[in-house]
Amino acid sequence: MNTLRKTLFRWLKQPTWRAALFWLLPAAFLVYFFYQPLLALFNLVISPTWGFDLSALDLTPVWRPLSFTVGQALLSTLLTLIIGLPGAWLFAHFTFPGKRTLKILTTLPFILPTVVVAAGFNSLLGPRGWVNLGLMALFDLPTPPVRFLNTFGAILVAHVFYNTTIMIRVVSNAWSQMNIRLRHAAQVLGASPWRTFREVTLPLLRPSILAGTLLVFLFNFTSFGVVLMLGGPQFATLEVEIYTQALHLLNLPLASMLSILQLACTLLITLGHNRVSGLGEMVISPATRTMAARPARTTLERAVIILLVASLFILLVAPLASLALRSFVKLEPTRGERGEVERGLTLQFYRELGVNRRGDLFFVPPIAAARNSFMFALITILITLSLGILVAYALLQNSAINKILDPLMMLPLGASAITLGLGFIIVFNRPPFSTLRFPILIPIAHALVALPFIVRTLSPALRNIPSSLRNAARVLGASPFKVWREVDLPLLAPSLLVSTIFAFTISLGEFGASTFLVRPDYPTMPVAIFRYISQPGALNYGQALAMSTLLMLVCALGIFLIERLQKPGKDTF
Amino acid sequence: MLTVKAIEKSYEGEPLLNGVSFDVHPSETICLLGPSGSGKSTLLRIIAGLEESEGGEVLWNGRSLADTPAHQRRFGLMFQDYALFPHRNVSENIAFGLRMQKLPPQEIQTRVDSALETINMAGFAHRKVTELSGGEQQRVALARALAPNPRLLMLDEPLGALDRTLREQLSQELRRILHQSKVPAIYVTHDQEEAFAIADRLLLLHHGVILQSGPPHDFYHHPRNVWVAKFFGLGNLVKGTIVAHSPLQVKTHLGLIHPSCDQDPQPIGAEATLLFRPTQASQSPQEMKNRITGRVFDQVFQNGRYHITLQINEQVPDFHVLLTHPVEIGADLAVAYQPADVLCLQNDFGEI
Repeated sequence: MNTLRKTLFRWLKQPTWRAALFWLLPAAFLVYFFYQPLLALFNLVISPTWGFDLSALDLTPVWRPLSFTVGQALLSTLLTLIIGLPGAWLFAHFTFPGKRTLKILTTLPFILPTVVVAAGFNSLLGPRGWVNLGLMALFDLPTPPVRFLNTFGAILVAHVFYNTTIMIRVVSNAWSQMNIRLRHAAQVLGASPWRTFREVTLPLLRPSILAGTLLVFLFNFTSFGVVLMLGGPQFATLEVEIYTQALHLLNLPLASMLSILQLACTLLITLGHNRVSGLGEMVISPATRTMAARPARTTLERAVIILLVASLFILLVAPLASLALRSFVKLEPTRGERGEVERGLTLQFYRELGVNRRGDLFFVPPIAAARNSFMFALITILITLSLGILVAYALLQNSAINKILDPLMMLPLGASAITLGLGFIIVFNRPPFSTLRFPILIPIAHALVALPFIVRTLSPALRNIPSSLRNAARVLGASPFKVWREVDLPLLAPSLLVSTIFAFTISLGEFGASTFLVRPDYPTMPVAIFRYISQPGALNYGQALAMSTLLMLVCALGIFLIERLQKPGKDTF
Repeated sequence: MLTVKAIEKSYEGEPLLNGVSFDVHPSETICLLGPSGSGKSTLLRIIAGLEESEGGEVLWNGRSLADTPAHQRRFGLMFQDYALFPHRNVSENIAFGLRMQKLPPQEIQTRVDSALETINMAGFAHRKVTELSGGEQQRVALARALAPNPRLLMLDEPLGALDRTLREQLSQELRRILHQSKVPAIYVTHDQEEAFAIADRLLLLHHGVILQSGPPHDFYHHPRNVWVAKFFGLGNLVKGTIVAHSPLQVKTHLGLIHPSCDQDPQPIGAEATLLFRPTQASQSPQEMKNRITGRVFDQVFQNGRYHITLQINEQVPDFHVLLTHPVEIGADLAVAYQPADVLCLQNDFGEI
């Protein structure tokens, strides 16, 4: 017994064994719930039992969504650059009234569920949106004059909404942290302001612009909810095509094939992004002076700033504000109502959330969806936090196995939620994981989506705890467990809270994988919103908006807390 | 030549520069010395045109530079953190200013090569600047600032980021290069030894004004006031009251002292501070004037001499002298000063 204990102790003294111990559970989880479904997808494509012959495959169903995906991603990214770069300049160089508010607003799209954003644009520019209703009332038109839903433009606008803030964050961070002395040096050496920008500022910004562009491209490339809800049936990205092929046409081999293609593309983009984002960090001296933002000095500066701030405010606030407002206003008759419609403020849509009007077996009252979502979110938090802490401690050990396991852990980041959902329904179609009894697969999928983010939050925080603190505690007589409780835990607490909020909001808003995994009588909030918003009738529409508003508020609260908890100047990507 | 006239500048509401004026003459190296936070770097940036002053002006050969932007002043500035462009290699960094002057590529090449020669880094042309050591970065920064033949070179704490041994070695090299190039230079530092080693002329900046200026030895022999003596750590400072003129006599806690004075002495009854340099104490007991007795409290052997701390009385608990012979700790000791070696200083912070 004693010798066994001694051997165990000796093993645990070696970082590799310690790392292996910490990895055990997370690795098993990943292998079972991520790599197994992934392999199944591969298997499906190459196995002949489905009567699916790879060589005889007509390439049009692959080529069409691929070229559309790349095309729309390129265009969206270009538009994002055009708006985002001036925004980055604004944030890096100037102080202006409302900067704090705008800064918090720019974090919102980062975490807002796609269904909420789609509902927001729907409430602004859709056939029942403010703009159309206003124009119809003003000019007495019989039909909505602005056609926004189901257009290519709608996809682009929503993508710009989502990604402009990413561009602003990445680039303005690099811009404001650039050593101002470099620009001074160029000036003193005889470079005019324009020359200084071209020869010094721009080359130094290039890595972060490139990194931001690739990140935005990746998000546009994998966009699902926005395209599905705003683009309509004639626009299919790879993601939407996978969804359609798998769930509507039941062509699983083709869906798998598209999934693998998608995975390959995203991996390629992610690799490129990792390569360039490392280039930005070239600090050669500790005495680096950064530039302080200042108020506008000239009239021209002031005019440009007002224009930029106003357009950013409109872009970010308009869809969200119109969503919230529209959910409180009744403008059309609900089905079954006769005579004059009482127009005006109403809480009807919120009251109706608890009612299942249709009496349909598969349609539950919306409030049930909210309850489901919260339950899934709590389980997601539980899974991600326990696994995230284990992985963070594993990565802390100075061992070679981390070099192999860390990238393998990050791979789910590259795999889309759709791929995940597809893999799940292929592999886990029998007990104990069939969705029949309890849809445990949903929080598991959410956990896989959230885990890389949580590890990226916890691991640096853990690494930043100086080991001298632990040593001091040990010398002062604390046992290993006491050291953990008295030193690690309190210092890690803010990051743990941030991780919790991350996991919570990611789970609440997750749409892609959920569409595959939810049972009709057990929907999550985003799935329910999607369902209600595409039904006819003013009541359904109002209910969808009411639910979206609630979801938006919860996410906004989350991001607000995260902003508060995180140290200034730090970003999560 | 450069004339700096009554420059004023405030920082976050507090006055930083309070009317700073000085000249820089051809091929002269002046050294701007001051504690950190005294506005030295700000002054350099104002001269370079990177920042605007709130009052006063900068002139070159009598002509105001107010309307000349930084990139047209043809001044060189070497930054404290070197500010080497991380996206360019060593020779590209040095060539930057030459390219801005639109010189033909061949000439740029030759001048970069000779600049690399001057700083003894001929083999480093294609190195990344991020791979250089601190000392190498410092030399590249110097070469980059000098390559375009500036009319004036400014150096902002050029050795500040380096460790002590490297600093001494490089300050000699810097002195050689500045001498060779004959470019007028303003050297900013907070380190006195560095300042003494480099400067033809020293300017001491304090509370936003130039407190004293002159050749380095002047500061040692004739500190203008108490603050200057304190800043350079010239020796024991003892307060007293002037009781008689010609010969000057000051009543202190050490007794009645006969000092000498650089300026016109202040009226009888005025306060004054006396400077006793530790090295000038003499151990001969026969000397009756300016005799100071105390108990040996501590003795340390330093640089070939004995550094002795004397406890005189309650008002003067520690008085430092450097002697050639050891004494016994706890013993009584008498030392004496020649009147010419005790300097009577003004207490105020008068301006020049």
